[in-house]
Amino acid sequence: MPAKPYLPAILLWLVSVIGATAQGFAGLATNAEGFEGPRPDVALQFPRDHGPHPGFRIEWWYVTATLTGADGRDYGVQWTLFRSALAPQEAPGWQSPQIWMGHAALTSPDQHYVAERLARGGIGQAGVTATPFAAWIDDWSLAGVGDARLSELSMNAAGSSFAYDLQLKSDGPLVLHGQEGYSVKSEAGQASYYYSQPHYLVRGTLQLPDGPMPVTGQAWMDREWSSQPLSKDQTGWDWFSLSFDSGDKMMAFRLRDGAGDFTSVTWINSDGRSSPIPNGAIALEPLKIADVDERDIPVFWRLVLPDRGIDIAVQALNNQSWMNTSFPYWEGPVSVSGSHTGRGYLEMTGYPPRR
Amino acid sequence: MPPGVVLTDIAVAERLLDQPGKISYILVLPDQRPGLQPISVLEPELQLQTPEPAADAASLTDSFHLNLTAFGLLSFAVGLFVVHGTVGLAFEQRRPMFRTLRALGVSLRRLTALVILELAMLAVVAALAGLVLGYLVAAALMPDVAATLRGLYGASVEGGLVLRLDWVLSGLAMALLGTAAASAQALWRLYRMPLLATPGPRSWAAQSERGNQHQAFAGMLLMAGGILAMCLFDGLVAGFWLLGGLMLGSALMLPLALSHLLAFAARRTRGAVSEWFWSDIRAQLPGISLALMALLLALATNIGVGTMVSSFRLTFTGWLDQRLVSELYVTARDDNQGADIAAWLGPRTDVVLPIRSVDIVVLGQPVSLYGILPHSSYSEHFPLLSSVSQVWEQLAAGEAVLISEQLARRTGTWTGDTLTLLPDWTLPVGGVYSDYGNPTGQAVVSLEELLVRRPDTPNRRFGIRIDPSQLDALTVDLRDTFDLPLTGIIRQTALKDRSLATFDKTFVVTGALNLLTLGVAGFTILTSLLTLWDMRLPQLAPVWALGLTRGQLARLELLRSVTLAALTALLALPLGLLLAWALLAIINVEAFGWRLPMFLFPGDWLLLFLLALVAATAAAALPARRLYRTPPSELLKVFADAR
Repeated sequence: MPAKPYLPAILLWLVSVIGATAQGFAGLATNAEGFEGPRPDVALQFPRDHGPHPGFRIEWWYVTATLTGADGRDYGVQWTLFRSALAPQEAPGWQSPQIWMGHAALTSPDQHYVAERLARGGIGQAGVTATPFAAWIDDWSLAGVGDARLSELSMNAAGSSFAYDLQLKSDGPLVLHGQEGYSVKSEAGQASYYYSQPHYLVRGTLQLPDGPMPVTGQAWMDREWSSQPLSKDQTGWDWFSLSFDSGDKMMAFRLRDGAGDFTSVTWINSDGRSSPIPNGAIALEPLKIADVDERDIPVFWRLVLPDRGIDIAVQALNNQSWMNTSFPYWEGPVSVSGSHTGRGYLEMTGYPPRR
Repeated sequence: MPPGVVLTDIAVAERLLDQPGKISYILVLPDQRPGLQPISVLEPELQLQTPEPAADAASLTDSFHLNLTAFGLLSFAVGLFVVHGTVGLAFEQRRPMFRTLRALGVSLRRLTALVILELAMLAVVAALAGLVLGYLVAAALMPDVAATLRGLYGASVEGGLVLRLDWVLSGLAMALLGTAAASAQALWRLYRMPLLATPGPRSWAAQSERGNQHQAFAGMLLMAGGILAMCLFDGLVAGFWLLGGLMLGSALMLPLALSHLLAFAARRTRGAVSEWFWSDIRAQLPGISLALMALLLALATNIGVGTMVSSFRLTFTGWLDQRLVSELYVTARDDNQGADIAAWLGPRTDVVLPIRSVDIVVLGQPVSLYGILPHSSYSEHFPLLSSVSQVWEQLAAGEAVLISEQLARRTGTWTGDTLTLLPDWTLPVGGVYSDYGNPTGQAVVSLEELLVRRPDTPNRRFGIRIDPSQLDALTVDLRDTFDLPLTGIIRQTALKDRSLATFDKTFVVTGALNLLTLGVAGFTILTSLLTLWDMRLPQLAPVWALGLTRGQLARLELLRSVTLAALTALLALPLGLLLAWALLAIINVEAFGWRLPMFLFPGDWLLLFLLALVAATAAAALPARRLYRTPPSELLKVFADAR
C-alpha cells in the first residue's frame, strides 16, 4: 500500500481539526464549552504555572529576542510553542487530545526564515514540564532549571536553512499583566492568564546560510493561556513588546473590532515593578502600509501614551517578517524612535489577503 | 482514497483495532534537514525501507498501457485500411456523377473542395459517435480494468472516469487526419481524373487485383520488419513491433492467398453453376477483401488472446493445486496468538506449516522472503521450473534459496547462481518456481536460518494438513477456542475459488475486447456487401436470366459470404497460434516476468469458426434478402440500361 500520498491528507486533517470550525483568528473566538476559563480570583503559582494547563483550550510559550550580531547588524529570533486542546483533558498515548505546534523564526534586515512543527501530545514528541522547566517539540527546545522566575533558559530551534542556539539569563522578576496575570481582552469580558519574563539578556550563535553568527541582545518571554481569548467580533490583534534604552519596558496590544478596538498596556519600570494601564489610554496609529503576502500590513506605527510621556515611532526591521505558517501572521523585530528609543517585537494577526 | 482503505485518526484506529501503542510503520519524509542523526543510530532496531522505483505502480502499469496503446493503434490502422477501401470504392462508383457535374461546369477545384468537406463532415460525425461509444465502453470496463491492474500489478486505481478535453480533441484530430490519409489517394485520382474518362467499377477491381501482388509484397516486408525488430531489440516495444508486423503483414497478404485458394477451387469443380460460383467469388474478392482482412485480424486476435488466457488459466489452476497444498489456512491476530494456535493445533493435525515472511530488497527489487520447515508438502508439490538435485535437502540445511520466476527474470538470476538476500547472507539459488499473479518477487529459505537473521519475522499464518473429513470439526473448535474472525480461517477450496474468481475477473476485459473486434469485423462485411450491392445486380441479372431463381441466387449469396469467412477463419488459425506464442513467450515475459507453456484448445477454435460463419451469414442476410425480394422488373431493367 503506497502510504506517501496519505501524508498531506493527515497534515491537512490535523490543521483542519484545529481550524475547521474556528472563528476569529486561528479559531481563538471559538466557543470554549467544557473548557476551563480564566478567573480573576485565582492567583498564579510558580513554578507550577510555567507548565501546561490542559483544561484550557489554548496556551503558548513565546520568546522573542532582539539581537545584534558580531557583524553589527540587527537580528530577531522567535521561539514559540502552541498547545491546542481538542478536549479539556489529558490522556495517555495517542488518546491525548492535545496538539502542539512550534514556530521558529530568524529575521535579519533583508531575510526572514520561518519553520513550523506539528506534533501530537501524549507520545513525548512535544510537551512542557514545569520542574525542571522544559518545553520542546521534536528537536527544538526551550529549557531551564525551573525556578519560579525562569531566570535561566537555553533555547534552540532549526529550520531547513537556519538554526539558532541561545542562552537567556534574567535577574528581573516575572511581570503579571492585567490584574495579577488576569488579562482582559474585550469589553465582553474575554480574558486570559498572561505573564511575562521580559528581562533576559541573551548570548549565543545563529546559524545562517553564510555561516555561524555570534550574537548578543535581549529577550522577552510571554506565557498566556485561555479557552476563548477573543470575542466573536475581534478579528485580530497588534501586539508590541518594547524595551527602551532608558531601561523601562512596555507591553501594549490592540484587539481590533469593527465596533471599536480594545487596548491594554503594561508599563514596566527598569526595576521590574509593573503597572497596568486600562483600555483606551494608548493611541496606536499605522503610518505606513507594506505589501506582504498580498495583504496590507502596517509596518510603521506611531504610539502615543500621554500618561507616560510616550510619543514614539515603531518601525519594522524587515517589512517582510511574514510567518507563512498554518495560521499566517506577521512577527518581527522593530526599532523605536521619538520620545523614547529602543528595540522590541511586533506581532500582527488577522490581516486578510486583498481580494 | 484508494478503494478498500479507511483513513482515521490514529487514536481512533488503535481503539477500533484494539492495538494500543502499536505502530506498524513510520513514514519518513524524503526531505530532511541536513545534520540530523541517521535513524539507524537513533533507533538501531528500526529498519528504513526505501521504496524501490521498480515497485512504483506507474512504471509497472506502463506495460499494461503500452499493451492497450498497441492494440488501439492496430485497430486504428485496420480502420484506416477500411476507410481507404471504402472511400476508393465510393469515388469509383460516383465517377459518372462527377463526370456529369464537371461537364455541367462545376470546376475541378470546387468539386474537390466539396468532396473534402463531405469527408470532413463524415469524419467528425464518426469521431463523435466513436467518442460516445468509447466513453460508454470505458465506463463499462473501468471496474474490470481496475481489477486487472490490481490483480496483475498490485496497483490501486481510483474508480472515477472523467471525459477529458484532450481525449475529445485528440479523437477528433485522429479521425480527421486518419480520414485525410486514407482518402488522399482517392482525392488525388479525382483531381487528376480526365474529364471524359469512363472507367467502370470493373477497372477499379482490376486495379485492385493487380495491387494484390504489391499488397502481399508489402505484407511480407512488414512481417520481416517485425521479426527483424524482435531480433535486433529486446523488450516489450520490440515484442509489439513483432505482433504488429505479423498481424498487419498477414492481413495484407490475405487477398492474394484467398485469390489463389479460390482459383484452385474453381479449377477443381465441374458444372456450370459451381464454376460460375467460384469465379464469381473470386471476382468479388477485391470489393470485400478489406472486410475479410478485418475478420482475419479479429479471428486471429481471438484465437491468440484466447489461447493465451486459457493456457494461463490451465497453468494457473495447476499451479494453485501445487501451491495450495494445506487443507486449511489460519491467520492469528498477533504473534503470541500465533504461537498459541500452533501449539494447540500440533496434536490435532497431521502437520502445521508456518507461513512466515519478511519484506526485503534484493538487487533493487522488493522481495517477500519466506522461511519454511522441511516437509513433503513442499517437496512433493512445489511448482519448480528448474532445480539442482537434492534441492530440498540443501534448502533444509540452509545451503540454498528458491526464488520465484518473476524475481529470477527481473534480476537475471537462475538456478546455480548466487543471490545476496541480506547484507551478510548470500546463498546459491537451488531452484526457480512459478508464482503467477504476484506483482512482487519471492524467495524461500529454511525457516531456521531466516529466524537466526530476522527474529522479528511475524508468526501469524499457518497452513494445516489434516484429513479433510475432520475439517469441519477442527474449524469450529479453532474458532471457539481462539475467537478468530471469519477471515482468519480459510479453507483451501475457498482460497482456490477466490483465486480463480480473481483470475477470471482479470480477463473480462480481454473477452469484451475480443467480442468487440469480432462484431466490428462482421459489421465491416455487412457494409462491404451493401456497398457492392449496386454493382451486384448487373452481374446477377444475366445469371437470373439463364434460369437460376432469385431464391437460388440469394442462397448462393449467403454461401459466398460463408465460404469467404470460412476460408479466412482457416487462414486465421495459424496466425492466431503465432500470436498466442508471441504473447506467451515474449510479451508475458517482458510485461509480467513469467513464461507460460502453450496449450491448444481445438474446441475453442471450432466455436470461433462457427461464430465467424454466423457473423458472415448475418452480414450477408440483408443483401440476400434484398436480392430475394428484388422484383423481376428490376432485374430485367439491367438489360435495358445502357451503361
